[in-house]
Amino acid sequence: MTETLLSVRNLRVVYPGDDGDFRAVRNVSFKLGRERLGIVGESGSGKSTTGRAIMGLIAKPGRVEADELRLGDSDLTALDEAGFRRLRGKRIAMVLQDPKFSLDPVMSVGKQIAETHRHHFRSSKAEARKAALEMLEAVHIRDPERVYHQYPHQLSGGMGQRVMIAMMLIAGPDILIADEPTSALDVSVQQQVLAIMDEMVKSRGMGLILISHNLHLVSSFCDRVLVMYAGQIVEVCDAGKLHEAQHPYTRGLLAALPELGRRRDELPQLQRDPAWLADLPAALGAAT
Amino acid sequence: MSNSPLRTGAPTGWRGWLLEPAPLSRGQARLGRWYRGWLGFRRNGPAMTGLIIVSALVLVAICAPLFANHDLAFTQVLEDRLQDMSWAHPFGTDELGRDIYARVVFGSRVTLTIVGLVSIIVLPVGLCIGLPAGYFGGWIDSVLMRITDIFLAFPRLVLALAFAAALGPGIENAVIAISLTAWPPYARLARAETMTRRHAEFIEAAQLQGASSFRILLTQIMPLCLPSVIIRLTLDMAGIILTAAGLGFLGLGAQPPLPEWGAMVSTGRAVLLDQWWVATIPGMAIFLVSLGFNLLGDGLRDISEARSG
Amino acid sequence: MIRIENVSVTYGSGATTVRAVRDISLHIPPGEALGLVGESGSGKSTVMRAVAGLIPHAEGRIFINGQEMPNKRPRASRKFAQMVFQDPYGSLHPNQTIDQTLAAPIAIHNLGDAEQRIINALTEVGLGREHRFRYPHQLSGGQRQRVAIARALILKPKVLLLDEPTSALDVSVQAEILNLLTRLRREHGLTMLMVSHDLAVIAHICDRIGVMSRGQLLEMTTATELAEGRVTHPYSQQLLRANRGFDPTSINVDVTA
Repeated sequence: MTETLLSVRNLRVVYPGDDGDFRAVRNVSFKLGRERLGIVGESGSGKSTTGRAIMGLIAKPGRVEADELRLGDSDLTALDEAGFRRLRGKRIAMVLQDPKFSLDPVMSVGKQIAETHRHHFRSSKAEARKAALEMLEAVHIRDPERVYHQYPHQLSGGMGQRVMIAMMLIAGPDILIADEPTSALDVSVQQQVLAIMDEMVKSRGMGLILISHNLHLVSSFCDRVLVMYAGQIVEVCDAGKLHEAQHPYTRGLLAALPELGRRRDELPQLQRDPAWLADLPAALGAAT
Repeated sequence: MSNSPLRTGAPTGWRGWLLEPAPLSRGQARLGRWYRGWLGFRRNGPAMTGLIIVSALVLVAICAPLFANHDLAFTQVLEDRLQDMSWAHPFGTDELGRDIYARVVFGSRVTLTIVGLVSIIVLPVGLCIGLPAGYFGGWIDSVLMRITDIFLAFPRLVLALAFAAALGPGIENAVIAISLTAWPPYARLARAETMTRRHAEFIEAAQLQGASSFRILLTQIMPLCLPSVIIRLTLDMAGIILTAAGLGFLGLGAQPPLPEWGAMVSTGRAVLLDQWWVATIPGMAIFLVSLGFNLLGDGLRDISEARSG
Repeated sequence: MIRIENVSVTYGSGATTVRAVRDISLHIPPGEALGLVGESGSGKSTVMRAVAGLIPHAEGRIFINGQEMPNKRPRASRKFAQMVFQDPYGSLHPNQTIDQTLAAPIAIHNLGDAEQRIINALTEVGLGREHRFRYPHQLSGGQRQRVAIARALILKPKVLLLDEPTSALDVSVQAEILNLLTRLRREHGLTMLMVSHDLAVIAHICDRIGVMSRGQLLEMTTATELAEGRVTHPYSQQLLRANRGFDPTSINVDVTA
């Protein structure tokens, strides 16, 4: 593997509640290099919470604990909110499912991208504008000048997600976390957005964490896949070899997918073994 | 859920029964829901303060004879007039020698009556106008909302004054006057709440089952509008109490010898510089109760926003 | 069982007119499951909502169970066709227990014997008595969708309209719901109209599949033809490719949506 950009050891996220503490993420460990890492799992598996914990976005009263959470040479466990704010965008960025919620509705998108540039590089207005236009072009927006002046509600879903990627990458982060970036898009547009993300990550030598529930998507897009269940990583495998997965959960998920050309009267249903919920030895995932 | 290894320290006993995620009866489900709401409410300090003040008002109003002597509040003892605070008269006496403490205690009944009657009138009127307007839209909406606009266009106190003057002074007329001017914002609120929900899928599902518009409004939409309307009412309560006090102050509300706080402030005004307590004590009662309703309303709003957000 | 003739739906007027559905005709014989695929805005859901009677201004004629449906549907006709919505979070009233939700249709149609009907409906969709008095937020997505199916079935309809019934669900739960739908269809001889953007899901349930785009029915195909890639329209071929996962070679990123 290439140089390690992000290393996570025994990450834990706990939400206290009226009916006891809820352990949303339990002892998650992995290392990320300049690669495309997928995290798959069903809702409630802790995949999104893991992404948010790395970004320092777990809201109170949730607690984040980790034996190690290191981004390059910075120790994220020691950071306070202000420290995270300096880091976000500049070193590590996140793309969410719906760009409509992540963009400021009353500022033109170009201006938002330029503002991000100014914030991180203290650049002049003209420089920031130029950088923003270049960035819009980089995400294959044909007419950057026109889109620069548009407002988020004027953009289609695919366009919005391109703008989002441009804004997230303008400060040149090392890592991009994409949480279900294409789930709200139509299939044909999904492919374009993924291709753009792929191109950007490759050309800039970044690490990408793609969080998704879609097994097909992750296995066809990523290099490596972490499978999460009930807050733990239950399996790590090469994306191309997802179909050779060992863990009964992963195998059950794959079997439960309806397939074109293989019509079955009944889809094999996932039988959840209570033993899967037991705490795993903390080491899984750390070795890779 | 409680035996899941993901969860630690789940409650047991009666709390466990109330927080049971799989209730076994209608009653348990409902009580559990209320208990969860109460747990959220309890964490909100200002809301609890508001609740305590409002509960105290209700308690004092219901049990007024336990807290003060009825005769002291109404019997004129002219030789004892305008006395300073003392053991016999904790808040002193007024210009007719009546015990101010006792009058404030019995005055809580008047305040509570006004608050209660206004709520009973304003809520149904607001909902009856707002729900159909929001749900049906079109010309029904236009007609109902123009009527609302007409009432909304009048300044509240002035319209209340005109009503009170036309119908004659008295607590019932004050309540009617306040209610007539207070309902339009509730109609607008109910309409706005309805409009955000009339295209919800559960409404469409009810339509598909053949539910009549009346049934949908009553069983599906109204329960969802009610919380925000009640919160608004709680927040407005302070204003209603002040308007009632204002009418009392101007002599158009409760009539003597009824111990209405606004009227008490009004009579104390004449002697404010020498016997400050005559006007100040009922004034503080008005302030405290208004504050209580405001804090309660704010707290309820916080909780309902946290739940939907 | 369902026949629609020249159905069109138009929203707005003047310059802002949107023709959501243009002149669509379909016929679904009893017991068949017909699917409509397409992307958002293709009009597939609009067709279904017109069949359900949720779009009173739809033009054209709609027959269910041999009867032509007027724009204002009589209450009794509601028993023929019921619908399951996409979002199990949005299709259940948040303040009502499952019990109340299921009791409503029984009360509306004066069916009587609510207690037994509710228990039967819950059993049929694989829910136990312990779910009966929960609120929707106390159920998982799959359980809510089961409740929505139970509510649709409680009136014993002949036609079930399915609007992306599994797209908001996890893969494992999707399999459970699809199996449930297959079983219910077999046991009750239900006629189904299903709408989805997921080719694999729709081909799992449906025999015939219509591909829709921009309000028009582009082509009518079958699950088998789809699996073998025998679709003629370029748009259908594009959908088919996209269904197979991420394939960087087939994408032109400069196509603006």
